[in-house]
Amino acid sequence: MFAAPFDYHRPRTVAEAIKILREVKGSRVLAGGHSLLPAMKLRLASPAALVDISRIEELNGIRSAKDGLQIGALTTHAALAASDAVRKSCPVLAETAGQIGDLQVRNRGTIGGSVAHADPGADYPTLMLLLDARFTAADGKTREIAAEKFFVDLFTTSLKPGELLTSITVPATDGAAVYLKHRHPASSFAVVGVAALVRMKDGKCGDVRVAVGGATAVPIRAKAAERALAGQAPTAANIERAAAAVGESLKNPISDSYASGEFRVHLATVMAKRALAHVTRGG
Amino acid sequence: MASRIFGSAIKRREDPRLVTGQAKYTDDFVLPGMVYMSVVRSPYAHARIRRIDTKKAAAMPGVLGVFTGQQMKDAGFGPIPCAWVVPGSDTKTPPYPPIAIDTVRYVGNAVAIIIAGDRYQARDAVDAVDVDYEPLAVTVDAFRATQKGEPQLHGDVPDNICFHWKVSGGDVESAFKSADVVVKDHIINQRLIPNAMEPRAALAQYASAAGEITLWSTTQNPHIARFLLSLDTGTPEHKIRVIAPEVGGGFGSKIPHYPEDSMAVFASKMVNRPVKWTESRSENYRSTIHGRDHIQDVELAAKKDGTIVGLRAKVWANLGAYLSTASTGIPTILHGLMLSGVYKIPNIHEDVYGVFTNTTPVDAYRGAGRPEATFIVERLVDLLARELKMDPVDLRRKNLIPPFTDGYTVATGLVYDTGNYEGALNKALAIADYPKLRTQQKEMLAKGQYMGIGLCTYAEICGLGPSQVAGAVGFGGGLWESAIVRFHPSGKVNVMVGISPHGQGEETTFAQIVASELGVGVDDVEITHGDTDQTPMGWGTYGSRSTAVGSGALMGAIGKIKEKARLVTAHLLEAAPDDIDYADGKFFVKGSPDKFKTIQDVALMANVAWNMPKGVEPGLEASSFFDPPNFVYPFGAHIAVVQVDAETGEIALKRYIAVDDCGRVINPMIVEGQIHGGIAQGVGQALWEGAVYDDQGQLLTGSMMDYAVPKAEFFPKFELAMTETPTSVNPLGVKGIGETGTIASTPAVYNAVADALAPLGVKTINMPLTPERVWRAIREARR
Repeated sequence: MFAAPFDYHRPRTVAEAIKILREVKGSRVLAGGHSLLPAMKLRLASPAALVDISRIEELNGIRSAKDGLQIGALTTHAALAASDAVRKSCPVLAETAGQIGDLQVRNRGTIGGSVAHADPGADYPTLMLLLDARFTAADGKTREIAAEKFFVDLFTTSLKPGELLTSITVPATDGAAVYLKHRHPASSFAVVGVAALVRMKDGKCGDVRVAVGGATAVPIRAKAAERALAGQAPTAANIERAAAAVGESLKNPISDSYASGEFRVHLATVMAKRALAHVTRGG
Repeated sequence: MASRIFGSAIKRREDPRLVTGQAKYTDDFVLPGMVYMSVVRSPYAHARIRRIDTKKAAAMPGVLGVFTGQQMKDAGFGPIPCAWVVPGSDTKTPPYPPIAIDTVRYVGNAVAIIIAGDRYQARDAVDAVDVDYEPLAVTVDAFRATQKGEPQLHGDVPDNICFHWKVSGGDVESAFKSADVVVKDHIINQRLIPNAMEPRAALAQYASAAGEITLWSTTQNPHIARFLLSLDTGTPEHKIRVIAPEVGGGFGSKIPHYPEDSMAVFASKMVNRPVKWTESRSENYRSTIHGRDHIQDVELAAKKDGTIVGLRAKVWANLGAYLSTASTGIPTILHGLMLSGVYKIPNIHEDVYGVFTNTTPVDAYRGAGRPEATFIVERLVDLLARELKMDPVDLRRKNLIPPFTDGYTVATGLVYDTGNYEGALNKALAIADYPKLRTQQKEMLAKGQYMGIGLCTYAEICGLGPSQVAGAVGFGGGLWESAIVRFHPSGKVNVMVGISPHGQGEETTFAQIVASELGVGVDDVEITHGDTDQTPMGWGTYGSRSTAVGSGALMGAIGKIKEKARLVTAHLLEAAPDDIDYADGKFFVKGSPDKFKTIQDVALMANVAWNMPKGVEPGLEASSFFDPPNFVYPFGAHIAVVQVDAETGEIALKRYIAVDDCGRVINPMIVEGQIHGGIAQGVGQALWEGAVYDDQGQLLTGSMMDYAVPKAEFFPKFELAMTETPTSVNPLGVKGIGETGTIASTPAVYNAVADALAPLGVKTINMPLTPERVWRAIREARR
């Protein structure tokens, strides 16, 4: 568990960080270190230099935004889980953050690090897709990337080399939302994670959203399932029928020694049914 | 046992140093001039080594040396010895070179070592060693490896069959012919990774002037380590000191003498510096032994009324690529002889094939052979109950060996010491409220919910064991224990023992024994273990033997102390020795309890020796050796309650009841701790754990991200109780408790899940019972 040699930089500002990222070949951003450091210790990753952004004040904290919250990339899972502002504006985000890994992981791991790493078993990507979150990236100038454009492939985002993720804007949720996950018994990562949000209208399901993570390389909106339930009463039969359509959206599911692709799709279907029943309960 | 200290749940004296970080493990030792070793390991499961180019690595910063297997051989270091060859099994013992010379046989097989100034330099240089491999065909499955056309690992081992061992009792052929009913199963008792919290480490110091080796090692048995090290290093035993400092768990995986121990010694000799090696967890998963890994065809024959008449099994036991220290004894002696379990089974036959494969060597893992036997019989008993539509409790009752106190001989030839199996079962059923559970199960099923209740009634062989038997079954050592009890003038006591506890708590329980027996404070007793220069010879800590055998030696020494104290007291009180009695810490004149000396008085007088009885030596110290007349056989009954989510296949363990009998209990808290950990590991095998190789011999579960070691949150609060049936095998009547949890809990939980799924028509599922396997089994059954 000994990493290969690397240089280490600790910038104090975003501008300084971007400058180093641009100038130092083979450099990588270090935030909470919960994904990158294990990979380095196993020598699966050997970056020439680490740019430790953990002391950049402007990347930390949760602020009000026009339509919700702007969350600094360095905000830890523990801080999100405990934030009154998050619980008020987007309770499902606080609940999800509180389910990540264990206490030590939540105290160190950051939302920015997690989404930028784009592990298929991570929890935030699924939720960000569900909530239409927007990712702010800086490389001298800033741009905003929609969640559906942000996650590109396994461990791959649309962040460009030299670009730094600075914050994530999460719109306030109106409607009941939930995130369910089937934890891997060893890693606690989501083998499948299902997020659902339903806005009720006149006793029927208005806007229906279902996002599935863990089953495929990047999280996916289960649009066929969403369409099947939109405008319908949230009866058990309607929910079951809608959930049965989840599989249509899950092409090329991931297989490993714990769960086959077929089983992941099955889990996603059952979990979508349960998630939809949960968020429409009493609706 | 006059004092209440024996039997009380005093806190473990080991814990303050462990929880404050003051404990010193092998990796904590730093010696002047010390350098570090890293190991270049094969990425192939089977390959010929064409060439090893170490030039580039040798030129790396800080590198003092790069050494190959050939160099080690040339320096006079021999192959790693196998210490157990079971007679009558035609066992082949192909050489096990510590560093591969021409062929690698599993992923992780060492091919070279690097010695460097620090750990980073040592690790960096690993990547610079250029090994030219010629990949060979790979075989990983114990059954398939015996079939035609499979690659052969060792030149002199055709069909990869290392041994064929048989055990037979009664006439199993006739029993099956005349039986009314036969139930069968094909069981895969999967491979497990032991996962001691501390990985292995070795720190070797070769002193060239004296020709002496000191090895700090993560071993469960320093005296055995010294003995074996003397065989392959060529340094004689009296010139070797092995120190097992704090050892962070072993579960059997730290019994073997490992290649890295010899490599560190060799390296220290080559560079003339102390050399330290500490394995990473990834290395641990590939180069520390694994456990279990049996493929079993098993069947049970019975009469219509449920009377069991015979058991037959054929087993392919995966040994991995080489024979680890005790590997051949585990799937034979410690397995096959226990197939009768707690039942009257007059006819038993088992064939065991030990098979080489391109995988990490397999050796003892908590329970070692006995879980693989108990699972067979407990599974078959449940299948028979289902076949005969009998309650599994009723079927067990019908076949249980009745209570006995003077030995019971089973068909395999073992003589169980003492047992009251129905007593333990009744207690467990009462705690569980079994009839109510069955009612609840019916109610839940009516609502479409799948609850299951699983039982395991078990006995196990431990407290290894009579040395004469050890010799007869081919174990290359003895199995007795020793102890020295030394009183200082102030009445404080040092005890030196041959056992080597590494989590079992004997520093506390042995102090409790001394305190109770001799009337000293428990804090006045210090237990020293784990250093061959400071402790008397002993065979170490494994097979739940330390208390069962070690306390016998301790009691022997205590008896000698008492005897001497009686002589000294008699002399001081001017009484006849025969008139001196002992009770509650006082040696007194019979009939005059106010005329007495305490052991502290005696310790002072014996140590100053101003006034000793004629012919009695000064000092108060005694040493004793204890070789037990038999093994001990703890037993019990476990009940698991599960609920299965038939949609997702997820299993929730709702309740776990364990009634165990380990004879007299010295410290109930420590006993419970042993049971807790054992249950967790056993349930781990049923539900989560399993080492998986692909067909190229790559370990797919190569880290804790993939291999599911159970977490505390996976379990309900265990409901524990005990019964106490003392053994006559040792002076205190104690039996081992270290392995019962892993032996009993795997079948209990498996049987519970099978019980839950029976209404769906599911018959058998391979372990671990992952959600996907459960889901598939339900789907298959519904088709």
